[in-house]
Amino acid sequence: MTPTTSYQQPTTRGYYGQFGGAFVPEMLFPNVEELRTQYLEIMADPAFQAELQALLRDYVGRPTPLFEAKRLSAKYGTRIFLKREDLCHTGAHKINNTVGQILLAKRLGKTRIIAETGAGQHGVATATVCALMGLPCVVYMGAIDMERQAPNVARMRLLGAEVRRAESGSQTLKDATNEAIRDWIANPVDTHYIIGSVVGPHPYPDLVARLQAVISEEMRKQLLEKTGTELPDFVVACVGGGSNAAGAFYHFLDEPSVRLIAVEAAGHGIHSGHSAATSVLGTPGIIHGSKTLLMQDEHGQITEPYSLSAGLDYPGIGPLHAYLGEVGRSEFIAITDDEALAAVAELSRLEGIIPALETAHALAALGQLGAGPDDVVVVNLSGRGDKDLETYLKNMDKLV
Amino acid sequence: MDRIKHAFASKRNLLNTYFTAGYPSLHDTIPLAKALVEAGADILEIGMPFSDPLADGPVIQGSSSVALANGMNLPVLFEQLQGLRAAVPETPVLLMGYLNPVMQFGVEEFCRQAAAVGVDGLILPDLPLDEYEEFYQETFKKHGLKAVFLITPQTSEERIRRLDSLSEAFLYLVSGPGTTGGTTLPDAEAQEKYFERIAGLKLRNPRLIGFGIADKAGFDRACGHAEGAIIGSALIRALEDATDAPAEAARFVRGIKSA
Repeated sequence: MTPTTSYQQPTTRGYYGQFGGAFVPEMLFPNVEELRTQYLEIMADPAFQAELQALLRDYVGRPTPLFEAKRLSAKYGTRIFLKREDLCHTGAHKINNTVGQILLAKRLGKTRIIAETGAGQHGVATATVCALMGLPCVVYMGAIDMERQAPNVARMRLLGAEVRRAESGSQTLKDATNEAIRDWIANPVDTHYIIGSVVGPHPYPDLVARLQAVISEEMRKQLLEKTGTELPDFVVACVGGGSNAAGAFYHFLDEPSVRLIAVEAAGHGIHSGHSAATSVLGTPGIIHGSKTLLMQDEHGQITEPYSLSAGLDYPGIGPLHAYLGEVGRSEFIAITDDEALAAVAELSRLEGIIPALETAHALAALGQLGAGPDDVVVVNLSGRGDKDLETYLKNMDKLV
Repeated sequence: MDRIKHAFASKRNLLNTYFTAGYPSLHDTIPLAKALVEAGADILEIGMPFSDPLADGPVIQGSSSVALANGMNLPVLFEQLQGLRAAVPETPVLLMGYLNPVMQFGVEEFCRQAAAVGVDGLILPDLPLDEYEEFYQETFKKHGLKAVFLITPQTSEERIRRLDSLSEAFLYLVSGPGTTGGTTLPDAEAQEKYFERIAGLKLRNPRLIGFGIADKAGFDRACGHAEGAIIGSALIRALEDATDAPAEAARFVRGIKSA
């Protein structure tokens, strides 16, 4: 009998197929190794799990509802459910990960927390749990992102975090991540780095996927209740680094009847030169300590991605997603800025829910699924749109 | 002839200077190499610029961006390095950079061309030890290229011994926590203890201390604990506004090596 293999598990060195690993300078080796050798054991500890589950329930507000969007369903001629991660405390799925990682950091004896953020949702979620646990918090954010996501900068500061401006490179998420890694190099003993997505050196992609997996764990139970079966026909999620998609896919990865749809940001169009569609434009290489698909020039210099959405303009994708795409377990769809904006308007009008711009990319893919009237489609509604109001106001002509 | 071994056998208090290829202007690479060696540099470390240099501080991030904007890339660099051994016949030369551009160029072809132009060794800080042993070591060896590994205050003795056994050049002692070009004063006492701890291990390879060594005082202090030191960011800073980069580089090295 051949052993059962699972898409969920990377190898002991953190590989999903050819993707993953831990390509870190020696300065980071002890930090990453400490985490690698301890995370599974700590997470398996019943006391850790009890504390995590209590916080997810009482602080984050889990389980989040699975809402049947009937008017949206009527429009697309299929049965659509929305997994309401936008109703999590702080307004997005990001806090599922930060709650888990802060408990992990405490058990590792760390006394200082750092994070990177793009749209600011992960920064806010990190600042929030640091306030809750009384730990000092430094969040790195690209200078450009600080401008376009000003309300989240204010939130982080109100929560007591120090927001440091990343001025290098494109001054967005990639550079904020570089700066956070450099901070960790300079503070190797007392600091834990809470990465916000399923990216970075092993064990981060696996760690973050496990902490976000609560999304699909709940989906299965809720679908059973509402549809009579745990398995939908489609799960749809947007992908920047890919943490909400990893969480939404996780407990369906080994269920081949469920089609997993990863939606990327095409910006002005995949081949416009202003895009973040990594699955199409990326080639294998190394970014932020992980071997994965990334956008780069012929000489291996990492290029600047573009999306109107600050949470999706990352030049790589998590190694799990690179692998799922390569072996055909997931399918990628790319959505432009304008298509995403149209989806914002559509969900707002049809269901009374204003989604985050990142999430709107997943919604905009609904028309491309080919889902029939008997199909069940779950869209992971990863975040709410409050943080994007300024962008929406600027683009009102595309929304009305 | 093993230029690295010969340098360590015949000299004391070695100065290894790092500079970024293609900085301050594209064709400065060879003139800088020549000027540095003539002024007294004992080893050259030529930086291959990368868009996202994780182990480097703002100074080398800056010189890397400028070099890339100047048009530096690996094909251009290897073209320039055709003139390397005419300019600096005896001096050990290392290429320092990040793994991704090397991977995209092709590891085998990279090693072949590096060896052909007379490069002696490679420093790729984000190439992990396990990956090196499994996938790279054989290719490096085949082309006679020596790998240089970094050691930090947090590196365990077991790991230091493993790095020492895999190295045939020197060990790069990172002076303290932080990226290159750090300006904060390190904890001098902790640093001395760390250097002494490493010295006490009686490793088979010589050691050079790097990160945060910026001037003659820092160089002399480092030489008290190791076979020499590596200076990078401070040299790059000196070249920032230089009208004659090679002359400025020579002046910088003479300032470090003066008696």
